[in-house]
Amino acid sequence: MTLNTFKSVLFSALFLAISFAGYATEDSDNKDDKEFDANEMIMHHVKDAYGMHIITFNEGKEDEHHISIPLPVILWTENGLTTFMSSEFHHDYSGQVVVEKNGGRFVNVHEKIYQLNDGESVVSYDAEHHPVNAKMPLDFSITRNVFMMWVSFTILLLIFLTAARHYKKSENNIPKGIASFVEPLVVFVRDEIGKPMIGEHKYKKYMPYLLTVFFFIWINNIFGLIPFFNGANLSGNIAFTLTLAFVTFIITTFSGNKNYWKHIFWMPGVPVPMKIFLMPIEIIGMFTKPISLMIRLFANITAGHIIILALYSLIFIFKTEFMGFVSVPFALFIGIIEIIVTAIQAYIFTVLSALYFGMATEEAHH
Amino acid sequence: MTITGIAALGAGLAAIGAGIGIGKIGGSAMEAMARQPEMHGKIQSSALILAAFVEAVALFGVVAAIILK
Repeated sequence: MTLNTFKSVLFSALFLAISFAGYATEDSDNKDDKEFDANEMIMHHVKDAYGMHIITFNEGKEDEHHISIPLPVILWTENGLTTFMSSEFHHDYSGQVVVEKNGGRFVNVHEKIYQLNDGESVVSYDAEHHPVNAKMPLDFSITRNVFMMWVSFTILLLIFLTAARHYKKSENNIPKGIASFVEPLVVFVRDEIGKPMIGEHKYKKYMPYLLTVFFFIWINNIFGLIPFFNGANLSGNIAFTLTLAFVTFIITTFSGNKNYWKHIFWMPGVPVPMKIFLMPIEIIGMFTKPISLMIRLFANITAGHIIILALYSLIFIFKTEFMGFVSVPFALFIGIIEIIVTAIQAYIFTVLSALYFGMATEEAHH
Repeated sequence: MTITGIAALGAGLAAIGAGIGIGKIGGSAMEAMARQPEMHGKIQSSALILAAFVEAVALFGVVAAIILK
């Protein structure tokens, strides 16, 4: 398969996924003028969801309807694999719409799918609003975060395969087209992150991981800011950052040399009681480093989203349009900062990963 | 005082600490850049990394406050 056919296959897959769009449903539930709950709105935007919700027309009125991209829900229940589209919930996440599939009844309670126990048809809650007559099946759904991850895979593949093909063909290696955009960034990661943090001789082995992490986090941070995607907040999802931090931890642990382990278990150059005292601290330090990587990215991105949404919520909390004169400039200001933060957080994650690899591979100096 | 209030207070205290920290980093970085303009790039990048370290502390406070909400 040549690169061109591969590219067109990728493109068609992407368009196929997007062409489910324009799926409008009418919400028959009678939603009265309920009080605006900023907390619920913000949490709903920040958390993962089944289906990509784009816009709601006539919210709270009789003819309310939503436009969204439905995504597949894949569950593993006692009756085996159960799949249906998220549109069957009709944008309900309060547990009112019951979907019957494959001998089970499913409800969506705050973007978590519960399976009702046998014989039950309405979900009931305890004092803390946890469902009592339902349990959670194993959930492998293509949620909006998973969908956005695939979109960013596709875009990154397109960018870098095009650039790679250019370098393969060109004789003088002068960057052209998309390659002239990618080359400075790759050189930046190599010269500013890889070489100084890991060292001239060993950095090459770690460059593929550093480049992948840098561009993957960056593109996902940017996607989180695009309103059309409804803040598919992938890099603000702790499972995503956990996975990246875990990979960094694994690479650090497996590339650790004798000197690295000696510094952890028997710190050279300090008295023996101090060595014993330092050992547990260093062992805990092994784990706190990736954990802080995980929390830092998660908290930075989530906090940015929460601040912007909270500023917009002010308009609805004070119930006056004039609040917009305050909210919009502030949200714009924070938005510009967030654009810088997207790049800075990708950079920080990569730098710290490189720093840990550098610490693991450092030779003893006498 | 409820647990929410205490969590919010803790987040505020963490923010004060992070503010002092970032202020010190920024001030020293500015001073260093003024003394050695040729080291501008290196000082800026290390100042950014340190600022991210300090900022993380404030964000840990925010996360704790959200979890305890």
